[in-house]
Amino acid sequence: MQQTNVMEYLEATVLRVPEKVAFSDDTTELTFADVYSHSRSIGSVLHSKGIYREPVVVFMEKQPKMIAAFFGCVYGGCYYVPIDAEMPKFRIELIFQNLNARAVICDEHCKELLGEYDFDGEVLLYDSISSCPEDTLALSEIRDKQLDTDPIYIVFTSGSTGVPKGVIACHRSVIDYIENLSDVLGFNEDTRFANQTPLYFDACLKELYPTLKYGATTYLVPKQLFMFPIKLVEYLNDHKINTICWVVSALTMISAFRTFEKIVPEYLHTVAFGSEVFPIKQFNRWREALPNAKFTNLYGPTEATGMCCYFKVERDFALDEVIPIGGPFHNTEILLIKDDNTPALDGEVGEICVRGTSLTLGYYNNPEKTAEVFVQNPLNKNYPELIYKTGDLGRLNERGELIFVSRKDYQIKHMGHRIELGEIEVNVNLIKGVNMSGCVYDKEKSKIVLFYVGEIDSSELIALLKDKLPRYMIPNKVEKLEAMPFTANGKLDRIALLKMV
Amino acid sequence: MEELLEILESLHPDVDYENCTTLIDDKILDSFDIIAIISEIDNTFDVAIPAEEIIPENFNSAKALYELIQKIAEE
Repeated sequence: MQQTNVMEYLEATVLRVPEKVAFSDDTTELTFADVYSHSRSIGSVLHSKGIYREPVVVFMEKQPKMIAAFFGCVYGGCYYVPIDAEMPKFRIELIFQNLNARAVICDEHCKELLGEYDFDGEVLLYDSISSCPEDTLALSEIRDKQLDTDPIYIVFTSGSTGVPKGVIACHRSVIDYIENLSDVLGFNEDTRFANQTPLYFDACLKELYPTLKYGATTYLVPKQLFMFPIKLVEYLNDHKINTICWVVSALTMISAFRTFEKIVPEYLHTVAFGSEVFPIKQFNRWREALPNAKFTNLYGPTEATGMCCYFKVERDFALDEVIPIGGPFHNTEILLIKDDNTPALDGEVGEICVRGTSLTLGYYNNPEKTAEVFVQNPLNKNYPELIYKTGDLGRLNERGELIFVSRKDYQIKHMGHRIELGEIEVNVNLIKGVNMSGCVYDKEKSKIVLFYVGEIDSSELIALLKDKLPRYMIPNKVEKLEAMPFTANGKLDRIALLKMV
Repeated sequence: MEELLEILESLHPDVDYENCTTLIDDKILDSFDIIAIISEIDNTFDVAIPAEEIIPENFNSAKALYELIQKIAEE
């Protein structure tokens, strides 16, 4: 029968290689048998508490148990919402408000943090609920009623109005993604992943579900290593890592310091990257260091379940060229649509729109924002069919490969993170002593630059902002101005601000 | 030292760099900061910090970092 549930990956694998390590972070490791029994216990506990078909927050430090907690939510017929222990309080509160969740799964550390929040639902401690007896009958009843269009997770992404948006995805789009991604990158049982991305983004789907599907192994790399290139490569070698799917900035951190002159990743044969443009100079250093490895550029919005396009880098690029986005995965189509809702032809620029099973279900508790970007396919007038408008502008090159051109709005990609400059401004403007602010992105130096007018001094402003925004959204440079520049029609003049950078 | 403090303060104006000795251990600096610091040091002091010196011990305090710059400059 056709697969309709992501947990079928785990159920087939646990029969084959129960004692193999699935997820490890050097402190703890979980075998497939552990992952299976922990997650089924957690599903049973959720059932016994009457928590069903609703969001369950997973508030833990990054570790293998957090992943098993995700699967526990799926077994319970719920959908997991990962929240990171390092997220600032203000942001977590906004997420709690959006979700109205009745249950939180946490570890000891995060249970303490939770005390600061106005949360009166069930607080479930991982270590207590992961060894409870399994209620096999209840789990099988939940499974019988589960459809592939039911949600699995919600992940939050930056919102220009200052409120993060929760993208909600279902079994079907995740299965579609994992099958096609695995085909393109050639994962198998011997794949050894080193995970770089946080577990609270969809980026980690690339490792989590192929690990279940193939009985592969994922190592969660300690975040601190991404500051220290030689130690990072030593880690890859010590763990015989052969596959990485990292953001570009993590890869260039290694190559930019000529790390390869000292040490080379010995086992690495598959390198996937995305979220940002890979400077060709840095890319070439990688290819010289690993002449036999396969390099693949991935592109896709969270709203279309992880990645939806790929480009296998097999030819040489000049230093001023950009590696293409390439083309869509099987079972996904990319439409390039112009402002007048007609298709962009012959290399014309259009908005990149995604059509297919890969579309997520939309934004949680946010029908207005959902309706703005999940829209009827303008090229189809005959029956209901949604596409997702990415807000990215693209065009086809003379080889027919999709190329990213720019953004339509003020969304940026910074160190692999997707950020709305508007969200930073809204939060800055909330600070007492700030009259007005404007944010721009200095692409050349990869810096978020904030300009503001007000009495507060910049160090105090940054300190207060750290309570509101995640670390990666904190401006890298702050300048106080006497007055903000405005355009003729009274809007903030961002071009003038960019010139002041 | 003045110039180095300026570089560091432009990244996190709220940190007391003259006294802090746990910039890495307490997660005050992240990977973006390290990259920015290294490239600014290259611009300002004309000192390229080699990969083998990019280790926690050399970045935990402004003092340690300054000593590293001097050491490399002398070589």
